[in-house]
Amino acid sequence: MNYNWNWRIFFEPSPEGTGTYADMLLSGLSWTIATALCSWIIAFSLGSLIGVLRTLPSRGAQRVGTTYVELFRNIPLLVQMFLWFYVVPEILPGSWGTWLKQLPNSSFYTAVICLGFFTASRVAEQVRTGIETLPRGQRMAGTALGLTTWQTYRYVLLPNAYRVILPPLTSEFLNNLKNTSVALTIGLLELTARARSMQEFSSQVFESFTAATVIYLGISLIVVTVSSKLETRIAVPGSR
Amino acid sequence: MSAIDPQASAKPMIAIDNISKWYGPVQVLNGCTTQVTKGEVVVVCGPSGSGKSTLIKTVNALEPIQKGAITVDGIGVQAKGTNLPKLRARVGMVFQHFELFPHLSIIDNLMLGQCKVLGRAKDDAHDRGLKLLGRVGLSAHSHKYPGQLSGGQQQRVAIARALSMNPIVMLFDEPTSALDPEMVGEVLDVMIELAREGMTMMVVTHEMGFARKVANRVVFMDRGEIVEDATKDDFFDKPRSERAQTFLSKILAH
Repeated sequence: MNYNWNWRIFFEPSPEGTGTYADMLLSGLSWTIATALCSWIIAFSLGSLIGVLRTLPSRGAQRVGTTYVELFRNIPLLVQMFLWFYVVPEILPGSWGTWLKQLPNSSFYTAVICLGFFTASRVAEQVRTGIETLPRGQRMAGTALGLTTWQTYRYVLLPNAYRVILPPLTSEFLNNLKNTSVALTIGLLELTARARSMQEFSSQVFESFTAATVIYLGISLIVVTVSSKLETRIAVPGSR
Repeated sequence: MSAIDPQASAKPMIAIDNISKWYGPVQVLNGCTTQVTKGEVVVVCGPSGSGKSTLIKTVNALEPIQKGAITVDGIGVQAKGTNLPKLRARVGMVFQHFELFPHLSIIDNLMLGQCKVLGRAKDDAHDRGLKLLGRVGLSAHSHKYPGQLSGGQQQRVAIARALSMNPIVMLFDEPTSALDPEMVGEVLDVMIELAREGMTMMVVTHEMGFARKVANRVVFMDRGEIVEDATKDDFFDKPRSERAQTFLSKILAH
């Protein structure tokens, strides 16, 4: 293999004329982080709601929850990304569709919504499992005390369920973070897209993707560290 | 069912009127009728699977019924307009497996219902909670968590938690059967004291010593039916049904 290694490439100006290649990657990184965080907010809140629906006594609520999960979990993320980006604006009433298409950063908003809805289905399953692992008597004890169903979830079931599912929830957060790279297909200039353009402009394929790999690994390690700190902090004294 | 009940004219705190319950095709309660009057202690006993735990859980509608009616302090449990959370708040319940909230400290376990259901101020709830912990002999443990206490201590906290709501009646669902033998006494002592203070109590238990000491009446169940509903002395000295006799001979044999 005849390859010209050049690690200083990062400090050379990119052809975009707005800074170095390193700046380009950093801008990609900030889009990646913004997309990951915003979509996680949707995924966590919507996922918790859907997960709770699946544990309610009402058959109707359960059915709504199940339908959501099966729909969003079983369509490939890439297909969902295309559906949100290309199909949804077309089927919306004319003026809304045009507004959506002309929205600045529309690929960002689309990616946030798409990832949020997709990851919500996975969070929902974790939340449901978390609630179902709790002893049945916990719900009864809350109910017997006079708490309403909502209060029983808010003060008894969910605080315990989240503690149980924190490790798998961390995995979902990481998946969500890595899945932001799929958004390059709808034109979001996130980290992977930036690494690819760097490789195309400079032909330094190894350096470009090494940088991307190291950055993804780096943020994942930070997330894992934060999560294990959090786990220690919310651990209940005296629990096994 | 029982002979002339001296308190029959008193207004019942709990009135269970001909209730039946099915789990799918399986009938678990069959035409049960009994009453608990104010200040009375009624022990419900019977072999396992007889429906006694199910019966007590129907009183605060933790278990729905398909036939019959229950009233608590004159309020229909199954009636359409009944505010169930409000009714349940006035009915204390103690479970076999304690069911303290593991993520809350002992004092927070005692404050949750007071603050969120009764709307008491935190300071007030805290003071009342501490007083109740003193009553069950656990003042020193208020800042511990349930997982750091023994089973007997947890069950005493559970009783205090139920009392924190100032209930008009207390339900006990096998409160000592998940405990190590050496801890049964401390829980029964709290219950006996409560009974002597005049609390209205419905207690599902196998502790016949407790029944002898404080019960006014004993309800004996078998296969989803109330087979015998008698005063304590009648039940222990001259049980009428063969099933109750067999049960008693087994349980009192050792």
